[in-house]
Amino acid sequence: MQLASLYQEIILDHYRNPQHRGLREPFDAEVQHVNPTCGDEVTLRVTLKDAGGEPAVADVSYDALGCSISQASTSVMTDLIIGKTVREAMEISGEFLALMQSRGEGEPDEDMLGDAVAFEGVSKYPARIKCALLGWMAWRDATGRALDGPAGQPDGGQPDGGQPGEQPNGQAGNGRIAAEAAREQT
Amino acid sequence: MTATGYVTADRAAGDRAAGDGTAAGAGAAFDVAAVRADFPILTRTVRGGRPLIYLDSGATAHKPRRVLDAEREFYTAHNSAAHRGAHLLGEEATDAYEGARARVAAFIGADPGEIVFTKSATESLNLVAYAMSNAATAGPEAARFRVGRGDEVLVTEMEHHANLVPWQQLCQRTGATLRWFGVTPDGRLDTSNADDLINDRTRVVAVTHQSNVTGTIPPVGEIAALAHARGALVVADGAQSVPHQPVDVATLGPDFLAFSAHKMLGPSGIGVLWGRRELLEAMPPFVSGGSMIEMVRMEGSTFLPPPERFEAGVPAAAQAVGLAAACDYLDALGMPSVARHEEELTARALQALGGIEGVRILGPLTTERRGGAVSFTVDGIHPHDVGQVLDELGIAVRTGHHCAWPLHRALGAQSSTRATFYVYNTPGEVDALADGVRQAQKFFAR
Repeated sequence: MQLASLYQEIILDHYRNPQHRGLREPFDAEVQHVNPTCGDEVTLRVTLKDAGGEPAVADVSYDALGCSISQASTSVMTDLIIGKTVREAMEISGEFLALMQSRGEGEPDEDMLGDAVAFEGVSKYPARIKCALLGWMAWRDATGRALDGPAGQPDGGQPDGGQPGEQPNGQAGNGRIAAEAAREQT
Repeated sequence: MTATGYVTADRAAGDRAAGDGTAAGAGAAFDVAAVRADFPILTRTVRGGRPLIYLDSGATAHKPRRVLDAEREFYTAHNSAAHRGAHLLGEEATDAYEGARARVAAFIGADPGEIVFTKSATESLNLVAYAMSNAATAGPEAARFRVGRGDEVLVTEMEHHANLVPWQQLCQRTGATLRWFGVTPDGRLDTSNADDLINDRTRVVAVTHQSNVTGTIPPVGEIAALAHARGALVVADGAQSVPHQPVDVATLGPDFLAFSAHKMLGPSGIGVLWGRRELLEAMPPFVSGGSMIEMVRMEGSTFLPPPERFEAGVPAAAQAVGLAAACDYLDALGMPSVARHEEELTARALQALGGIEGVRILGPLTTERRGGAVSFTVDGIHPHDVGQVLDELGIAVRTGHHCAWPLHRALGAQSSTRATFYVYNTPGEVDALADGVRQAQKFFAR
């Protein structure tokens, strides 16, 4: 059954026991991304730190509603990138994006992607790629905002100044970013 | 048949009685095997060579050979721009296009002059919403369509986004206030506060004629009567009703009815707006350009009467012809038979799915005032994952919020899995769906 190659045990493990889940403070930026076609959503916060003169990922915390693929992918991502420099984490996310657009023909760098290689099967299902990318795109967006905004400001990622969950326009905008990013990969 | 080879409205009845050798010409008995033989796509296989079990007709329906042939025949023998050209093909294309208009009108008991071809049901709904804001700068004849600050636009919480967002946008453009009917926990329209919601400030009421999520059929006629008593316009979204049940606009109640061809066995790219003649005559245009003008000067232009006023650009004649063929096909099956067939499938699905532990059906649990959209959640398994397992089994369903996000919120579901049925679906396919859901439960319990 093809399903087993899509839903590898690692993915189901992360789905059942998501890592680093929950929203923590303080944070440098917070974003909400949605998948407009299915309504899946993630609220994700990043906290950066200084690591010998370059920014590094101190923490990624999140709250998400979604399918096993999107939940597990976000969980695996936090395991991979917390503690890395932003540059290293961006490289990892770039490698993951490349894997997702590989249509099952990719040769993922296992050293770099770790558990994330389990998502190779997802690349054969174009409709699911945006599920796997939801958390990753949210992290890239949040990190960009954190680097742009003043560090240590809890509202740094809330340019509209509203409350999370009460920004239909902001959500749609972020969702569009996620959707476009996903389309670029498919 | 007419000279150009197209069935016009007055010929359709005779054609129905005569039959044409396809399932749709076979008479009263509903023979699903014969129907299936008319749909070439049902012979293909999907994942791992499995037969296709297509339970997503609510999104788009498959096309019988008759529709495909009609479109091909138009392109092969008559292709030309309708309402233009001083040549024979132009005449034939115009005849075909206008013949299709008459055929669609007959399908819903309307006058041909009341049928406006659009690109989709979505565009049909937008047409009315934009015409209402365009009325602000149109002549006095358009007064009935004006809406502004202090006025109210009434929708429902169970609308497809296509019959919600255009009205939100209308309110944003005009300063009118958006109000809405809620839904009951079992997915019916909550009309308990109708007397408050429908008042002298209400300018337009937009309501679905059949929910694309729960299958609920709201009391559109009663709502229309209340609205008309207050002088409000009534717009019904028939995208999920016209393909699946007999619809007669003379007795339905609303002033406008929107539907699309591709959900009723016809081609994609064409939709319909039916409107009462006197309203269409007073309504300002939405999309403007060629075909819809009477006289153009550099300083300004005047417009043609309906329906042409609302059909700017070269008409989608081939698609209109395909839609007419779909009407022929459905009428030959008989819309009451179509509805009965789907009711049987829906009853079977409600029972089969409802009997699975952990499955929650959104909306009414009986077929009473309910069409064939069955949406459900499965405890502990996200709809996308349910859909993935079903897809592996060759079963095509829709997952997500089905363009009805507020309705899902109201029913306490983040998203759902939806099965929808049509003329070619069988009881065995319903059973396969229930089996598939059980397999998904087994797979994710491992």
